[in-house]
Amino acid sequence: MQQRSPVLSPATKLTGGRTLLRLATAGSVDDGKSTLVGRLLFDTNSVFADTLDHVEQVSKRKGLDRTDLALLTDGLRAEREQGITIDVAYRYFATPARKFILADCPGHVQYTRNTVTGSSTADVIVLLVDARNGVVEQTRRHLAVASLLRVPHVVLVVNKIDLVNYSEDAFTAIATDFALLARSLGVLETHCIPVSATEGDNVVTRSHRTPWYDGPTLLGHLENIDDTRLAVGADLRFPVQHVIRPQSAAHAPWAARAPEVDGDYRGYAGKIESGRVRPGDEVVVLPRGSHAVIEAIDTPDGPLDLAVAGQSVVMRLNTDIDVSRGDILAATDAPPAPTRDLPATVCWLAERELTVGARVLVQHGTSLTKALVKSIDGVLDLDFESGTVPCWRPTVSLALNDIGRIRLTLASPLPIDSYREHRATGAFILVDDADGWTLGAGLAGSTPLSAKTTDNMRPEPVERHASTSSARMTPSTDQHHTARQGKPS
Amino acid sequence: MTTDQLRPLSELQALESESIHIIREVAATFASPIMLFSGGKDSVVMLHLAAKAFWPAPIPFGLLHVDTGHNFPEVLQFRDEAVDFYGASIKVAAVQDYIDDGRLRERPDGTRNPLQTLPLLDAISEGRHDAVFGGGRRDEERARAKERVFSMRDGFGQWDPRNQRPELWSLYNGRHLPGEHVRVFPLSNWTELDVWDYIAAQKISVPTIYYAHEREVAFRDGMWIAITDVTPARTSEAVEVHSVRYRTVGDMSCTAAVLSAASTVHDVITEVGLSQLTERGATRADDRLSEAAMEDRKREGYF
Repeated sequence: MQQRSPVLSPATKLTGGRTLLRLATAGSVDDGKSTLVGRLLFDTNSVFADTLDHVEQVSKRKGLDRTDLALLTDGLRAEREQGITIDVAYRYFATPARKFILADCPGHVQYTRNTVTGSSTADVIVLLVDARNGVVEQTRRHLAVASLLRVPHVVLVVNKIDLVNYSEDAFTAIATDFALLARSLGVLETHCIPVSATEGDNVVTRSHRTPWYDGPTLLGHLENIDDTRLAVGADLRFPVQHVIRPQSAAHAPWAARAPEVDGDYRGYAGKIESGRVRPGDEVVVLPRGSHAVIEAIDTPDGPLDLAVAGQSVVMRLNTDIDVSRGDILAATDAPPAPTRDLPATVCWLAERELTVGARVLVQHGTSLTKALVKSIDGVLDLDFESGTVPCWRPTVSLALNDIGRIRLTLASPLPIDSYREHRATGAFILVDDADGWTLGAGLAGSTPLSAKTTDNMRPEPVERHASTSSARMTPSTDQHHTARQGKPS
Repeated sequence: MTTDQLRPLSELQALESESIHIIREVAATFASPIMLFSGGKDSVVMLHLAAKAFWPAPIPFGLLHVDTGHNFPEVLQFRDEAVDFYGASIKVAAVQDYIDDGRLRERPDGTRNPLQTLPLLDAISEGRHDAVFGGGRRDEERARAKERVFSMRDGFGQWDPRNQRPELWSLYNGRHLPGEHVRVFPLSNWTELDVWDYIAAQKISVPTIYYAHEREVAFRDGMWIAITDVTPARTSEAVEVHSVRYRTVGDMSCTAAVLSAASTVHDVITEVGLSQLTERGATRADDRLSEAAMEDRKREGYF
């Protein structure tokens, strides 16, 4: 084979260069979101000639006098036929400094489902308003969802600024209104940009028609958002995916490092969800609570003396303790206390309703646990004005696209973080045991949204997650019931 | 700790880690996964990632190739070498067998790409495979942009794009009913350029036809088609020799070459970075069948 030389030092080859930023869009029907996304792709030269050719032909067929960039984002046949967007689509564009993965979330149908899905992985949410309409009901809802999902950065694109004659006053009024909304929802990092996606103003190219605006273009802003991940600074969370116990070494002429397997090799494969780790660090194995020291961090490119959030590695421990899939290796400082009582905010994503007493599966990290819905404590009313916060109203059930507060009783104790503090290990999904459908998105802990309760609601439950370091895990009394996926305990 | 050590992961590090995480999730939660492997660049990268995911243990699942019988000989030779190199095992499902015994018939246009679906679905059900890795990327084609990383297939292998499960955080839900299976796309978030950057960074071998070489070609329907036994020259056609390379390596009957002088991986990266045509649009006659060609084939259970 060509170029069969063994891999020399790819670990260094993979570092440096471009970084990755994940975006999600949100906007209501006529805000021009498809045109904005089309414009981003077009102006970053991410559209190929044949695709553009195709879009030009379709534009002509439709009798348009210019190329409709929104057509660049059409996906499925039904969408082209009906002129709508059905589902979240993923787009890719890059600059020399950064690659962007954009979750393009349709705004009208199923907006909660789509925005929740897009926001769950996003570093930045790109929210659109029409400059003629300003902040509307849908803007408030989208921002409330983004805030709930704790997307670290929000950009407000004030689109169609050409249709208000590039008016500074119009822009300032919207930006002021939006700042009020963001503050009340506890969103700290926002930036507003006057844009015309159709004309290309301030998307990739700075516009001379908005001389009163001295901030960056949309792309310039996205390129410069600080991407030193908050997660890297947080406490270590390493859900164990798979135990690697080779009987003999793999035939691996491709690897930089010849595997040394003496029959006792036992490594824990997983992806670091938050924090960082070095050999010699002490960790606690959850939910059991036993302690160990990291002996080595293995990769086929060579051992690491530091691994950080986002990296897939294999960890070896200094002692031979029982660790398996579903366990979490965590920093010894303030690990989450395993619990069978789980208060959570849930975004309900299924057609069937959720009622008290329902039996569901909770997928968290790499574990799967049976659960019972003990109570449904409220549903979020997203009809609210800027400057106020959404209310929790009493309810007996949750319907598609509802955001509710519930309490789950788990079949086995789960070491789950508060979503407010740990986005990755505070998140879970609810799964239907019968047909496997993904029913809802769960955020553990008391609600991360600063919402108020109505008079007949119980007050907020106290934050369960005590952040004292006293938590040497006392094994829960019912630990022998543990029934984690694929492993009898 | 220096800030240098705490800088964010590079794009390639992040993509590699995401793919490895996906591959490990499948190995840990499915009874009988299998990985599609054609010898093409995307599937080689996927195989390389699978090998890295389980190192120092061997890859815990087998490979499957659906051979149309019209594959480039260079690619088939590479396929077998790569399987050895990564210590894997492969099963080949041959479209030719299906044509020979009458289960499939040649199409009038001679392309065999759409004929791969039946042998693929048969191999999946015969092997009782509940998870099938594919090298598909979302940037390849408009229908793929909506596909999940874990993509459900019903008992007939069909994809229902309007009824997909939401996919949240990196919590992949692979639960399914008996008879259904899950297609898994670990390279979902990679672009063509990412694949080549990674091939360069990890010094991964790919079939020689990805690099510029001299070949007899004819200009047909706006594309350069190699003159082979499968695709002989037509009577009125001028056969020319050009320096060409392939951007995708499907069936010889429907994969065209592009004129290129890119003979090294770094040349290819430069060329891909500047390219004005999508790789499928430039060179895949099978996607030109109709505006929704890929969507139709995917619904029926294609890769």
